[in-house]
Amino acid sequence: MSDGDAQADDTTPGGDTEQSVRDRIWAVASASDIRLIAVTLLAIYAIFLFLGIVGGLDANGLYSSLERVTFFAAVYALVVLALNLQWGYAGLFNIGIAGFMAIGLYSMHILTVQIGLAYPIGALGAVLITSLFGALVALPALRLRADYLAIVTLAFAEIVRSILGSQRFAEFTFAGFDIGFGGATGPDGTLPDPVKFFLYKHPYSLRPEPNAFGEFYFGLFDLFIIDDSTAEGILYALFLSLFVGLYYFLLVRTGNSPFGRVLKAIREDETVAKALGKDTRKFKITAFALGSALMGLAAILWYTKRGGVTPTNFEPEVTFFVFVALIIGGAGSNTGSVIGGIVFGALLFRGPVFIERIINQRLEAEADPTTIFDAFGGIDPFIVYTTDNLSALRVVLLGVVLVILIQRRPEGLLGKRKEIASSIDLEDRTGGEN
Amino acid sequence: MTTTATEQDTASAEESRTATGESTGDPILQVRNLQKRFGGVVAVDGVGFEVEQGTVTGLIGPNGAGKSTTFDLITGVQNADGGQVIFDGTDITGRRPEQIANRGLVRTFQIARELSEMTVLENVMLAPPNQLGESLWRSVLPGFRGGVSEQEAELREEAWETLEFFAIDHLAGEYAGNLSGGQRKLLEMARVFMTDPDMILLDEPLAGVNPTLEEKLLDRIHELQSEGYTFLLVEHDMNVVMNHCDPVVVMHQGKRLMQGAPEEVRQDERVLEAYLGGEVEQ
Amino acid sequence: MVEQSQDHWLGSRLQTDPLTAGFVVIGVLFFLDLLRRLATGTVRPDTVATFLWSGIVFGMAIGLAGIGLAMTYSILQFANFAHGDLITAGAFAGWSSTFVIVGFGNIAMEILLLVGQPARISSQLGISVTTAPLAIVVGFIVSVLFAAGLAVGLDRVVFRPMRDQSGISLLIASVGVALALRHLIQFIYQPSTPSVVHDPEVPRQAIPVGSGSFTIDAHQVTLVVVALGLMIGVHLLLQYTKLGTAMRAMADNEDLAKITGISTERVVLYTWLIGGGLTGAAGYLLALEQGFLDLTLGWDILLVIFAGVILGGIGSIYGAIVGGLTIGIVSQLSIVWLPSEFTTVAAFVIMIAVLLVRPNGIFGGVTSV
Repeated sequence: MSDGDAQADDTTPGGDTEQSVRDRIWAVASASDIRLIAVTLLAIYAIFLFLGIVGGLDANGLYSSLERVTFFAAVYALVVLALNLQWGYAGLFNIGIAGFMAIGLYSMHILTVQIGLAYPIGALGAVLITSLFGALVALPALRLRADYLAIVTLAFAEIVRSILGSQRFAEFTFAGFDIGFGGATGPDGTLPDPVKFFLYKHPYSLRPEPNAFGEFYFGLFDLFIIDDSTAEGILYALFLSLFVGLYYFLLVRTGNSPFGRVLKAIREDETVAKALGKDTRKFKITAFALGSALMGLAAILWYTKRGGVTPTNFEPEVTFFVFVALIIGGAGSNTGSVIGGIVFGALLFRGPVFIERIINQRLEAEADPTTIFDAFGGIDPFIVYTTDNLSALRVVLLGVVLVILIQRRPEGLLGKRKEIASSIDLEDRTGGEN
Repeated sequence: MTTTATEQDTASAEESRTATGESTGDPILQVRNLQKRFGGVVAVDGVGFEVEQGTVTGLIGPNGAGKSTTFDLITGVQNADGGQVIFDGTDITGRRPEQIANRGLVRTFQIARELSEMTVLENVMLAPPNQLGESLWRSVLPGFRGGVSEQEAELREEAWETLEFFAIDHLAGEYAGNLSGGQRKLLEMARVFMTDPDMILLDEPLAGVNPTLEEKLLDRIHELQSEGYTFLLVEHDMNVVMNHCDPVVVMHQGKRLMQGAPEEVRQDERVLEAYLGGEVEQ
Repeated sequence: MVEQSQDHWLGSRLQTDPLTAGFVVIGVLFFLDLLRRLATGTVRPDTVATFLWSGIVFGMAIGLAGIGLAMTYSILQFANFAHGDLITAGAFAGWSSTFVIVGFGNIAMEILLLVGQPARISSQLGISVTTAPLAIVVGFIVSVLFAAGLAVGLDRVVFRPMRDQSGISLLIASVGVALALRHLIQFIYQPSTPSVVHDPEVPRQAIPVGSGSFTIDAHQVTLVVVALGLMIGVHLLLQYTKLGTAMRAMADNEDLAKITGISTERVVLYTWLIGGGLTGAAGYLLALEQGFLDLTLGWDILLVIFAGVILGGIGSIYGAIVGGLTIGIVSQLSIVWLPSEFTTVAAFVIMIAVLLVRPNGIFGGVTSV
């Protein structure tokens, strides 16, 4: 990738270029960690495929459900990784995640749709703005104990949501630009979907026409009887997965370094870190700002698929979902974060919706029961009532899962993991630098 | 505040005069008229003493004499209500703990504060100051991480040597939380040495350490003393203090009771009284 | 020595005082601006009176709900995020009972139990304090009992097995409880906001202020009077009963309390019973006052309650009452300067400022009952 790294690798004897690239990839995470993530994902695919086939979905339905599963697994993995830096590593108890996501996404909307910047420049600007807000909120973190920080960050997120949803700031002029948050229904104008630009000549024309790559790509999927919109979704899911890889790479490097070591020390006992000469304030602000920026970017990647932006997407529940996911995977572990994001996004978040879809396809109750008493009229009405209200029941389940985890297995599904905060193998005294 | 400060200055000037009168060498640490109050309780009440370069100075006193609080005040863990701390010619009063540590004055804690969810190696590797990889971009950006790893490899060697020195190298990969009390004490000391300090404050370093290890540890301290390190040691075991520390500062009720060679302390009636009184109080 | 200690005391006061002074200055400035606006006629006296009255009503509800939160904070040492949904649960249970009593025999039981789901029946029932006082008293008692029982039950299942864990673990568990509880209520009652009182039936009284007037209604008065009564009750309990002494001791120092032979678990039980009961009362009264039920009735005000508790000094019960009242009044009065959609923002900003400047609270400063 660059000269510096190549030089560092030259110290490993017998490393030609190809070898060193591979070495470097394995150095980021041990092979077993990536295998663990892959196996989890494949197992989840298998479950969904099995249920889908049993439920009688056609090929397109199966692919589209896998696409949805991947989408939610990936977006949650992104936010969970970001939270893991703040809470898992530095012990900064941020329950204002939704607020930072909202800031990222709204900044993106203003910079691209309203001011007219290009997608990547807008995204970069939005990420910078979010990191500034992160640093701003981190300032109180320097002096507050964890439970007060929790309340402050949640209040911050709620203030953000109130302002974004208010009539007062629906439209205003800032630095000569007419911009606005659009009030309760969100700002007008669809966010550009980056994947569409890969596939179409003029993605936002009335009837978009595929470009050369689009022709090839859609043609490829035609062979498997997959329609264009599903194929497009699959490409978006891949696009997201690429970002999960990037986040993972970035955060493993952040964690496995002297920087990550200081963060861990702050989490364990900040007094010790200070007594050893570490200016913990600097580390806390940096970690918080970076984590917030990554949350903002995750929100951008999440909602550019949908296009629309509303304040209701950023209620505190989003934050708590991310916490459930991180606790499932195990706070403090990047690999655990990805697995937590996958398990949560796919099984807990998407799973119930998928089951509802299958059951609704099979069961046709005469009349939909509207109250819980109607539901007790028989097995079918009960199931239909339950599945109709699955979105509520799903959150009940999440709450129960959270309580059980924190009571019985606070270290997460993977258990206690040794992810040593160093750029080298500390125990291998004679070993090379990678 | 200003009027108080003037009063204190007068008091501390007096204090330091007496202290200088007793000392012969070059003081690396000067403590003048330190004060600390918790609510209505006066924990440290104008203590003052000096520590000469290259000594192992003992700080003793009955329970509640204010020794640990004095350590906290010297190292900036707590803010003094009044008084002055001068280290290596610089007034470090009111500085933040990390600034004091970076000047070369470090401490261990009475109850060992290991970073329990980190391994022994991670604990000691944390300590070296100004590591390249402590800056985020160096650790993350391709092209710079090579330098970080290189430095870490050097520090790794140093860390292993330090662990060997303190005889806990067999625990290198263990979580610090799994160590025994004595081993934690050793780890804390190893960690402190990795900061490359000039002076080390040890708060009961031998508590919970088994006798064989204790002997070894004291040897280590003298070995390091001969290399030019300075120690200030709080210890309850009088045998250790009398045999290994010179001079000895005695604290009682937040004040300095006396300071002198071990024999002088042993023969001083005020010291005996203070200890007996302390004992009776309990 | 004594003189010197005085100096130090003053010195440390001086260090913290500029911040408090800043608060006082800002408060005085706002007050002066309010007077200026009244004098110049930009704000009418009756408008201010309306805000003040609605602030008192809201503040009393917040203060009442805050007592339970402050109790769990001081005795169990964690921020209970399930507190808001306990309010909601109590309110729904209580209003189900009120509906059943008023509509018994005329309307199908299952509709009454679900507070008129799916049909809206509040106008048919015509409930208000004057038309159905008995049903309201019964509903109120059910709210109190249900919330108290629920609180104890949740403690048994969720919090008691975690007594030795950190405040943050308990906080996370309480978030799980909050999520589960709120959506369980949603699963049973469906997402909607049923009216519970029949507006035309509520007695009202206009009170003249200057050239205009402001209105107080019977439900607001009920809320204020009942909340005040309960607060006095809590005061008597804390000061004049053995249980109260035990609770105060435990809030101060758990170990000390253990030495004096107080059964910790018994105090915890009563903490949940009393705190939960008051929470249910607050929920029922809030729904009575606003006229409808809402799944997020409690969750929406949880942070405002936290604001009150923090303002009063976390863990202080008297602080929670005064803090809640202050937050209520300030947030309503903020409409003089801010758009009305920012009332909670004003409350949150004050809370954050207090946490940053004086984490011990403005009134309390002690973390005891």
